[in-house]
Amino acid sequence: MSPAQWDLPPELCCRPMAFVALTGLDVVYNAIHRAIWDAFCANRRADRVPISFKVLLGDHEYPKCRTKRTSYEWYIPKGILKTGWMNKHLNLVPALVVLFYELDWDDPQWKEKQSECATKVEIVRTSLQGRNTKVAVVLIQKKTPLPPGEDLVASERASALCGACDLSGKSLFVLPHTDHLVGYIIRLESLDVEYLSFAVNRNFYIAEFIYKDPHTFHVLSCRYYRTAYSLVHELRAHETNMLEIKTMAGFINYKICRLCFQHNTPLDAIAQFRKHIDLCKKKIGSAELAFEHTAWMSKQFQSFGDLFDEAIKLGLTAIQTQNPGFYYQQAAYYAQERKQQAGQLCSHEPGVVYPAPDPLETPSGALDFYGQRPWRQGHQSIDPPDSEKEKQGILALQVKERDVLHSELVIALLSNAVAQFKKYKCPRMKSHLMVQMGEEYYHAKDYTKALKLLDYVMCDYRTERWWSLLTSILCTALKCSYLMGQVKDYITYSMELMGRASILHEEQKSRIEKNLIKVLMNEVPQPEPDCDLTSVKTAQSLWSDRISLAGNNEFTIEVQDYVPFVQCKAKFLYPSFHIDEPVQLHVYVRADCPHPVRFSKLCVSLSNQEYNQYCLLEDTSKEKDILETSTQENMCLVPGKTRKYCFKFVAKTEDVGKKIEITSVGLMLGREMGRYVYLNWRGGWGDAASSHETLQASRSFKRRTRLPEQQLDWDTVTIQSSTMIISRVPKISVQLTHEPPALTNEMYCMIVTIQSEEDTVAKDIKLTAGLKPGQDASLTQSTQITVNGSEVCDDSHPALLPDISLGDLQPGQKPLYIHCMSTGSRILLFHVAYSVSATVEGKDINCKCHKDETVTLETVVPFEVAMKFVSSKFEHLERVYVDIPFLLMMDILSASPWPIELVNSEVQLASSMTPIDQPQSQVEGVTLQTSECASECFLLKCPPVQNGTSTVASGHYFISWKRKSAFAETSVVRTIVILPHVMLENIPLYVHAELPSFGRVRESLPVRYHLENRTGLVQDVEIGVEPSDAFMFSGLKQVRMRILPGAEQEMLYNFYPLMAGYQVLPQLNVNLLRFPNISSQLLRRFLPSRIFVKPQGRNGDTSIEAA
Amino acid sequence: MAVCIAVIAKENYPLYIRSVPTQGELKFHYTVHTSLDVVEEKISGVGKALADQRELYLGLLYPTEDYKVYGYVTNSKVKFVIVVDSSNTSLRDNEIRSMFRKLHNSFTDVMCNPFYNPGDPIQSKAFDSIVSTMMVQAC
Repeated sequence: MSPAQWDLPPELCCRPMAFVALTGLDVVYNAIHRAIWDAFCANRRADRVPISFKVLLGDHEYPKCRTKRTSYEWYIPKGILKTGWMNKHLNLVPALVVLFYELDWDDPQWKEKQSECATKVEIVRTSLQGRNTKVAVVLIQKKTPLPPGEDLVASERASALCGACDLSGKSLFVLPHTDHLVGYIIRLESLDVEYLSFAVNRNFYIAEFIYKDPHTFHVLSCRYYRTAYSLVHELRAHETNMLEIKTMAGFINYKICRLCFQHNTPLDAIAQFRKHIDLCKKKIGSAELAFEHTAWMSKQFQSFGDLFDEAIKLGLTAIQTQNPGFYYQQAAYYAQERKQQAGQLCSHEPGVVYPAPDPLETPSGALDFYGQRPWRQGHQSIDPPDSEKEKQGILALQVKERDVLHSELVIALLSNAVAQFKKYKCPRMKSHLMVQMGEEYYHAKDYTKALKLLDYVMCDYRTERWWSLLTSILCTALKCSYLMGQVKDYITYSMELMGRASILHEEQKSRIEKNLIKVLMNEVPQPEPDCDLTSVKTAQSLWSDRISLAGNNEFTIEVQDYVPFVQCKAKFLYPSFHIDEPVQLHVYVRADCPHPVRFSKLCVSLSNQEYNQYCLLEDTSKEKDILETSTQENMCLVPGKTRKYCFKFVAKTEDVGKKIEITSVGLMLGREMGRYVYLNWRGGWGDAASSHETLQASRSFKRRTRLPEQQLDWDTVTIQSSTMIISRVPKISVQLTHEPPALTNEMYCMIVTIQSEEDTVAKDIKLTAGLKPGQDASLTQSTQITVNGSEVCDDSHPALLPDISLGDLQPGQKPLYIHCMSTGSRILLFHVAYSVSATVEGKDINCKCHKDETVTLETVVPFEVAMKFVSSKFEHLERVYVDIPFLLMMDILSASPWPIELVNSEVQLASSMTPIDQPQSQVEGVTLQTSECASECFLLKCPPVQNGTSTVASGHYFISWKRKSAFAETSVVRTIVILPHVMLENIPLYVHAELPSFGRVRESLPVRYHLENRTGLVQDVEIGVEPSDAFMFSGLKQVRMRILPGAEQEMLYNFYPLMAGYQVLPQLNVNLLRFPNISSQLLRRFLPSRIFVKPQGRNGDTSIEAA
Repeated sequence: MAVCIAVIAKENYPLYIRSVPTQGELKFHYTVHTSLDVVEEKISGVGKALADQRELYLGLLYPTEDYKVYGYVTNSKVKFVIVVDSSNTSLRDNEIRSMFRKLHNSFTDVMCNPFYNPGDPIQSKAFDSIVSTMMVQAC
């Protein structure tokens, strides 16, 4: 039996095609025949009927048909399916023999040709010897036939030919040899289909053999296969024919499933297969050959998987839970089981050899029936005929099985399954199968491949935290790495197996730890348990070679990809350190292994590598027994105890304001001169399991438990992997003395007092003062600062005065002047920087310190100035008149909370106005308290202007003032106020009166009125004086006169007051006849309207009474 | 009755896993682990069909030759997996459902324990005994 004995025969797996024999064609010498043959064979596409053609000679010997039996009662079958049967019906016995014969309907020698044709048909019939094969005749004709019914000769001769050849009319065809050969051929083929149904039916013979009725024909092949299938199982099964029954069941099941897939009923296929498996699962057969059963089972699953996969390739869709992968996987399981059983059943004593006359040898070299034993073919009784032969046969099979490369079979099946599960989104299933593949490779001693596969899937289980599975994989991987002498892998896996992710028992961990220590001491480790003995021998020599091998003995393990037995957490004590204090760094290390372990180096890498030298712990002892542990020592890790290592260093002054990060922590196990391994924690902490543990710990209530002194709870150690270096805390005080609010435009004085509280001299003090950056841009433009208070700032002064050097400071003061040109609040910054030398950890450093003070300053308007124009009678003026005097009045209202001293004031008149007298400040030296008001006025007049009415500028008003402060010397501020514009108008007649300042009752009061004509025209003026109760008067009561241009008329009246007190003067009415719009009221404004009349003297009582 | 019962955390690591001692424990661990493929697929499918959201029972995850694996997922995405022997044909879907319900109730009790830190392996005796009642008794 070949190793492929479980494979399905190729005849079974191929697509069944009807076999049609063509005879009478001479394809070698006859070109026409060749063309016909080519038309049949060439371009056989899928849409053409599945037929296999063969050209045979007319007298070809077909396989002999056994004589038909008339009764089956005495018939004892020797087996179910003969091995040659399928081949015979596929390739030897045709379903149809087509005889080609060249004959035209109008052939002159028709009679002779007809009988020759009949003879040929007879020869074919004879050689077929009564098989159920049909015969058809094709006439190759040179002429194109006429349409049917028109050619009377043709139909007559056709029926004659049919009669002569004993053919039905349907079996006679005409093939005109014309251009459309292929078309005719295709038509011919379709005509053949009728016969083909019979041809396909040959497949049912399997069923029919059991029926023992070869003459029953069926249409639905599938249904008959099913019947055949159930019949197979109805056969009496016993140990001797179990294999035959299973083989047959397997064949039929294959056919059914295949048909189901072809008919797109995959569920039927799956159901049939399940039924098949359930039925056959328990039919183990001979216990000594149990591996045969599992091999067969494996094959069943594999073939079904193949069928399923094939169907998918043809368009079937599979799903996650139903895909070929499951069948391959199951096939692999059975293959594994087979291997196990083979291991049990075939492990013979070394003396046992393959039996001498090979019981598996058959005379023909092949079996007659599928699934039978070669040494008792055709035997159908329950008990084996020859028990000795039986034993020999079984032994032969067992010996053969021993040589089968089971692992290869398993791996092939598993990799098939992996490919499928990858397709159907089953990553975990895939990983699992890959683990199995790895294990199988391990068993097959292909450790490199095993390790590659295991290493690949390991991280999946690690990230999913399935520790039980990870441990199992790691154990196999450790064995592989041991057997290959892979030092780094060995160390890595050992470290993980000793750690907290491993579920191994203490004693196993302890064994691994001892081995690891051996490896680190450059010794040969103890072999892993359950390893193949020969492999162990090889491994031991490999390890011994490694010892002598110089170099290549340092390994670095990046911890974040594993869960090693050492955990580490590094942290800075604080998130920031001042430059004048040492930076403190704690490294916590903890081991989970069963025995204490010593390490030889602990180093911390920081982002600034210059500090690395301060964060290094090295074993200085050069003793040999470096790995000998003594629990008291500093560099020894006691299982379950957290150790803390403290490092301190002084940061460099350049690093002020910078961040220092822990880039990694390295822990060295082993010796530098021997073999050592570096565990490297990137970022200073954490391996593959840490983040989850930290999360769990943060949720846990357990963190509140108190541990005894000096014992640290690992979970409570928090991470601080970076720190900031910040400048030294300044020991100075900065005080600001000032009197807010500031007044607009004043030189506001602020006194900065810097007091040093340093122990040593504060050097290089620099003060930066002014507007704090980042405020409104308009503030920057309206704020100026200077140290010089004697002059007022202008635009050249900045808003922020940087680096005012104050030298080495003994405590001192500095006045500053701020010029705020707009109101509102602004923030001022006072930044004092200095350097001072300090001593940290015995190191002198020059520290730069700085202190910021900010103050919010309000600026208010110091005073408000109100201006108005009034007449000489203090009446409000809307407009002024040319050459007529008026008053300009200023009211200065203090709004400052502080007293203001008005130093001086001055009016600078525009050219359109002239002062009447020398204008002198009337408020000079006046001090205004809050909300007090100072007023002054100036007498002015306007010279004539060109055109009658216009608006004229008045000029500027300057107020020089200063804050009256006892606190600091303040400078005088000159505030400019722009005087308002005023309307100027010409007046045609100017009237003014000349009269004493008071009158006395019953004493004459002379009043002189002056009328000036201010026009270039002669004016007629009507003047009248209205009577008054308070006065008697003499003079013209009513007069009309003419005033020449530029001339002045004088009118004199004597008023005689009758009553004392403020009395209204008799009203003077002036009417300008030329200027009717100049009213008497307007003119009257220039004249006094009242006068104070004093009472009469001592003897004036009567006069008062009379009044 | 079950041959293996497992509780799987939201992040797919085992919180509790117990199998009959007679057969390989590791095999069951692998079976439960691989079944998570199907659970994940089903959960992601449920997310799309909102109507089915309340159904926690996922049904038969996948059959192997020897075992049937059933799944159940709580609203907090904790998964329960029950593995039943394939030969045990008497077990009905309803019974599996009630097993899951019992398991869920007991699990809820565990979660209510203030001393239990969610995400830690389950070590409750009460839960253990509930699981024991559902397991095949080793004879």
